Amino acid sequence: MKAIITVVGPDRVGIIAEVCTLLAELHISVVEISQTIMQGTFTMIMLTQWTAGAPEFDVVQSRIAAKGDEMGLSIRIQRQDIFTAMHTI
Amino acid sequence: MLNHSDIMSTVDMIDHQHLDIRTITMGISLLDCADPNPAACARKIHDKICRQAEHLVATGCQIERELGIPIVNKRISVTPIALVASACETEDFVPFARAMDQAAKTCGVDFIGGFSALVHKGMASGDRRLIAAIPQALAETELVCSSVNVAATKAGINMDAVRLMGQAIKQTAELTKDRDGLGCAKLVVFCNAVEDNPFMAGAFHGVGEADAVVSVGVSGPGVVHHALQAVKGRPFDEVAECIKKRPSASRAWASWSRRRRPGGWACRSAWSICRSRRRPRWATAWRAFSRKWALRSAARMGRRRRWQCSTTRSRRAD
Repeated sequence: MKAIITVVGPDRVGIIAEVCTLLAELHISVVEISQTIMQGTFTMIMLTQWTAGAPEFDVVQSRIAAKGDEMGLSIRIQRQDIFTAMHTI
Repeated sequence: MLNHSDIMSTVDMIDHQHLDIRTITMGISLLDCADPNPAACARKIHDKICRQAEHLVATGCQIERELGIPIVNKRISVTPIALVASACETEDFVPFARAMDQAAKTCGVDFIGGFSALVHKGMASGDRRLIAAIPQALAETELVCSSVNVAATKAGINMDAVRLMGQAIKQTAELTKDRDGLGCAKLVVFCNAVEDNPFMAGAFHGVGEADAVVSVGVSGPGVVHHALQAVKGRPFDEVAECIKKRPSASRAWASWSRRRRPGGWACRSAWSICRSRRRPRWATAWRAFSRKWALRSAARMGRRRRWQCSTTRSRRAD
């Protein structure tokens, strides 16, 4: 299963490192990253892939949401299907 | 491959423009629940609804979490009870409404529709008994919605049914007067009811439908509003282009949700209830006009352009 993670919030050092460390712990592989900073706001989109040993979607979602609260960022994870469906006719 | 702007625009639509799944409605056929014994019939109705819709709310919540898009309501519609219960040897149809209400509560849905009768051309005995039971049924239950079709363009108006429904509405209001006449909010009187209707409170499952069907309603009232704000003061053809693109997103999503069939359900997307698709008359007229205009322009160019080229490109060609 593939999912998109979007991270939005004030920029600071180590955001990518912390998010990627969490994903590594969850056995989720990062396929692609797109990141930019606009007027001090950090915006990152990651395409991720479930690998063997990765937990259920709900578990990953709750861990990621908790991490977002801890870091003061908005981090959300959604299945890739919704983006494909929304923008592909 | 990631497209930054597409992904952020989807997130923005969900967060700020109220894009959501307004409802998922499971239509359930109860035709096989008919029984001369009223108690047995009510039990069959309850059991079948509970069996078919057992995972409806859980699956809806799961989809909601995985896709990150809210599903505001989960509902059930059933075959008009006047058809199902007409074989019962009883004058009192209220127990069937109670069975529906109990089943809806067990399944955890927001509403259940289908305490209905279709009497636009004439009334059978089951229809009369159902109409007589409506006030009491709506007063005693919380989640049951009722509807009666009393007229059709082809058949005319069934004035006997109109009279009975007038009395039923007054009685329903009277019986629920301590709750602001809430019973009447769950009662619909139709003219030209369609064969199958997933819209509450007049929802019922059509007799020509499969055993269980899921309808999905996509809503994005803020999406079009925000799109219009973004092109305020711009030329009309740019506004038309912008509006055309917005519904296409909802349409694509609805078509995807149709393909994603939970096991055993016949899934269908009733995305026609998407508000953004309901174009006002001027928009429809504009579309017809612009299409004719674009084709004429293309003909002048000596070759036919695809309709996709739309007005903007055709104007450039001129």
